Amino acid sequence: MNVLIVGCGRVGGFLAGLLDAEGHTVTIVDLERPAFAHLPAAFGGTTFLGNGTDLDVLRQVGVDKVDAFLALTQGDNRNLMAAQIAKEIFGVSRVFAKVNDPIRAEIYRERGMTTISRTTILGTLIHAMLMGDTQMGEVLMERTMRAEAEMARAETLGEAGKASPSPARSA
Amino acid sequence: MYFVVAGGGQVGFHLAQALIEAGHEVMVIESDRHRAQWIEEQLGSVVLNATADEGRYQLEAGCQRADAILAVTGDDARNLVICQVARHHCKDGRVIARVNDPKNEIVFKALGIDETVSSTRVLMNVIEQELPTGGFFPLMPLTGSHLELIEAEIAPGTPSVGRSVRTLHLPGGALIGGIIRGGKIVPGVGEQVLEVGDRVILLSPTAAEADVRKALFGP
Repeated sequence: MNVLIVGCGRVGGFLAGLLDAEGHTVTIVDLERPAFAHLPAAFGGTTFLGNGTDLDVLRQVGVDKVDAFLALTQGDNRNLMAAQIAKEIFGVSRVFAKVNDPIRAEIYRERGMTTISRTTILGTLIHAMLMGDTQMGEVLMERTMRAEAEMARAETLGEAGKASPSPARSA
Repeated sequence: MYFVVAGGGQVGFHLAQALIEAGHEVMVIESDRHRAQWIEEQLGSVVLNATADEGRYQLEAGCQRADAILAVTGDDARNLVICQVARHHCKDGRVIARVNDPKNEIVFKALGIDETVSSTRVLMNVIEQELPTGGFFPLMPLTGSHLELIEAEIAPGTPSVGRSVRTLHLPGGALIGGIIRGGKIVPGVGEQVLEVGDRVILLSPTAAEADVRKALFGP
């Protein structure tokens, strides 16, 4: 799958690493170079320094050719704008936007994009675990813990070899 | 009329002040507490200290009875979402967005927000108006259509001087609504010949703007 991610914070960086490790083609865009430190050292995808709500930037990184577009910056509005550009202007069929305000998440879901609210998703998960709803909680927790253990191990190895952080390659 | 002004920065504050002076009713939504307080000291109780991109605060500001919601923050993404959320919650009023990056006018239109104001474009129009070569001014988009209103000033040396309207090669769908000549309006049809100093008022599909310009001013 060819995936374009806007926003290389903790979530964006983590997901980019996950998809890249699985063999998908990943391009990730962020406004600030230090953000790319959120990528795992082994990341083999493309990084691009630029504004992910900018028409020209999105065109430059090939938004019209991707199978999925993920808007994962820290700003709900930026995510919604980027996701709508991808969907309505460039016709990307699978579009995800991180929207922390649950109300806005619902409004834009009605417009045909997948919106994910940290507020409700985390709250629901914690509630399920607290109430012993093992069906929902356990699978997710198992994967989460595995990913976290993997990240911790990579970090330790990186420290040992003292930080040759993967140079961010520009597209 | 009643206006909700989303964003109390320089633009929002002065806009609210001008609207109040013109006798309108205004509510400014400003997220920064200190700024909101300051505006209240200047303009009175016309400020809601809240985030304008959340529907519940738009409702609290009375967007449902507002004649228009004006999204004028310095952040285009926020202005876009304010307008779209307003459409969702407060269906009847007009929404007008300030666009900071002129490129985003196209984006907003594609995403359903037709009425945008770009300060860059307004300034460009003013500058063009000052130039001696005449001017071509897209005045405003017409709500609910892909049409716009254009004014073209016929300066000396313009290729269309001395030509009749019939021979102008206007693109399909474009129409001259009238010609302002010496302060009076004359019909812009058939054998009417364009003169220096004419101001031609046109209706045109937005997409054909460049062709209208070409028909009047040459390539």
